[in-house]
Amino acid sequence: MPQIFKSSANSFARTSIVLAVVTLGVLAGVFFELIADSRYSTRQGDAREQPVPFSHTHHVGSMGIECRYCHTGVENSQHAMVPPTKTCMNCHSQIWINSSTLEPVRESYRTNQSIKWTKVHDLPDYVYFNHSIHVKKGVGCETCHGRVDKMPLMYQGPTMQMRWCVECHREPEKFVRPREFVTKMGYEPAEPQEVLGPKLVKEYNIQKLETCWTCHR
Amino acid sequence: MRKIGLLIAVCGFLTGCARLDMQDQPKYKPQRPSEFFADGRSGRPEVEGTIARGNLDEDTALYTGKDEKGVDLEAFPIPVDKALLERGQQRYDIYCAPCHGRIGNGLGMIVRRGFKQPPSYHIDRLRTAPVGHFYEVITNGYGAMLNYAAQVPVRDRWAIIAYIRVLQLSQNANASELAADVRGKLPQPGQETAEQKAALKMQPLVPGDSDFHNFPANPATPAGVPGAFGAGANKPSNQPERK
Repeated sequence: MPQIFKSSANSFARTSIVLAVVTLGVLAGVFFELIADSRYSTRQGDAREQPVPFSHTHHVGSMGIECRYCHTGVENSQHAMVPPTKTCMNCHSQIWINSSTLEPVRESYRTNQSIKWTKVHDLPDYVYFNHSIHVKKGVGCETCHGRVDKMPLMYQGPTMQMRWCVECHREPEKFVRPREFVTKMGYEPAEPQEVLGPKLVKEYNIQKLETCWTCHR
Repeated sequence: MRKIGLLIAVCGFLTGCARLDMQDQPKYKPQRPSEFFADGRSGRPEVEGTIARGNLDEDTALYTGKDEKGVDLEAFPIPVDKALLERGQQRYDIYCAPCHGRIGNGLGMIVRRGFKQPPSYHIDRLRTAPVGHFYEVITNGYGAMLNYAAQVPVRDRWAIIAYIRVLQLSQNANASELAADVRGKLPQPGQETAEQKAALKMQPLVPGDSDFHNFPANPATPAGVPGAFGAGANKPSNQPERK
């Protein structure tokens, strides 16, 4: 009786096992990468519920209130700062004073207890990030936070993955804008970015900081 | 053997996509809540009497806007140059223009949405008011206006005041006083841009500013909000003043 399998079948079987394992590994890798990049994981575009449904569309878009009116820390410190309740009361001591939506704000002002806002742009704790240096070097609010003036409830515009940070750290000239337009929403460069960008990089002495310890320190 | 390899691979992938402990570390970052302190804040107020290095308020005039006798300063305590004016313009447009308007007529967007109208800067009382008066108002609030001590640091307050003087000059200037090349840029009647036309048409919502002084008598006090205006208005916020 002839043999069913030739001796080469042995090596075929071994190769197929290796191939199967490699294929499965690659597929699993691709699968998990897709999950990690998905909006479910990055929470990109995911409007968070807040104790008061504060609308940037209304305050920035229609009222024209400048970013720094509330986020006073953005130029001088690491943290842009969620404003204290007193800042809300600058206007809301007189406007919408009977609105039940704003009751948590009034209560906070009366009782001196902080409103517990939900953090939207939450970098991992092992990332060092400083707002002031980015503002000084001409990185617009919009560049990282998106069109805030069109966000009824705050959500995260970009992915905020490391890859996304590094994109700009490698090629800042593609993203910088003149300092006076840092807070402008819907900014359009006056001359082509390919011309303006390198000029600003030189003028503001922007370094391409790509070392690990720039952010992980 | 193969099973163990697979197990290791699966564990590796699972930890790879879960949010790791290091992502949320038990440490305080700015404005993070705290369970330790009674007020629930990790940010602590300065101990009373603490002075940060370089922040000693030696210059009374600069920090209070008053001279030794407590009278409002007539002259600026810091030199006024173009850089200060430009800084003042930028800060004014951020912090003051929402109510006072970009040209200081008291018709900012917030006023048009129902906030009590502040007086125009171009009335005689404010054109002759000493600079120390404006400093006092920014620092401690006035009438319906809450204080801006936390939002506007001391030097920026003076920059804003210098810019208010610029606005006052601009709105009461005579075109013949301008240099010839600048005068040429003025729009001739009928040539104004749409924005300028709108500004010319804009009328005060409330004539005059007399009722502004009677403001605390206004019954529209939000229930239970202390210091919104009137008596408690001068109370500084619990936030330490930024210099």
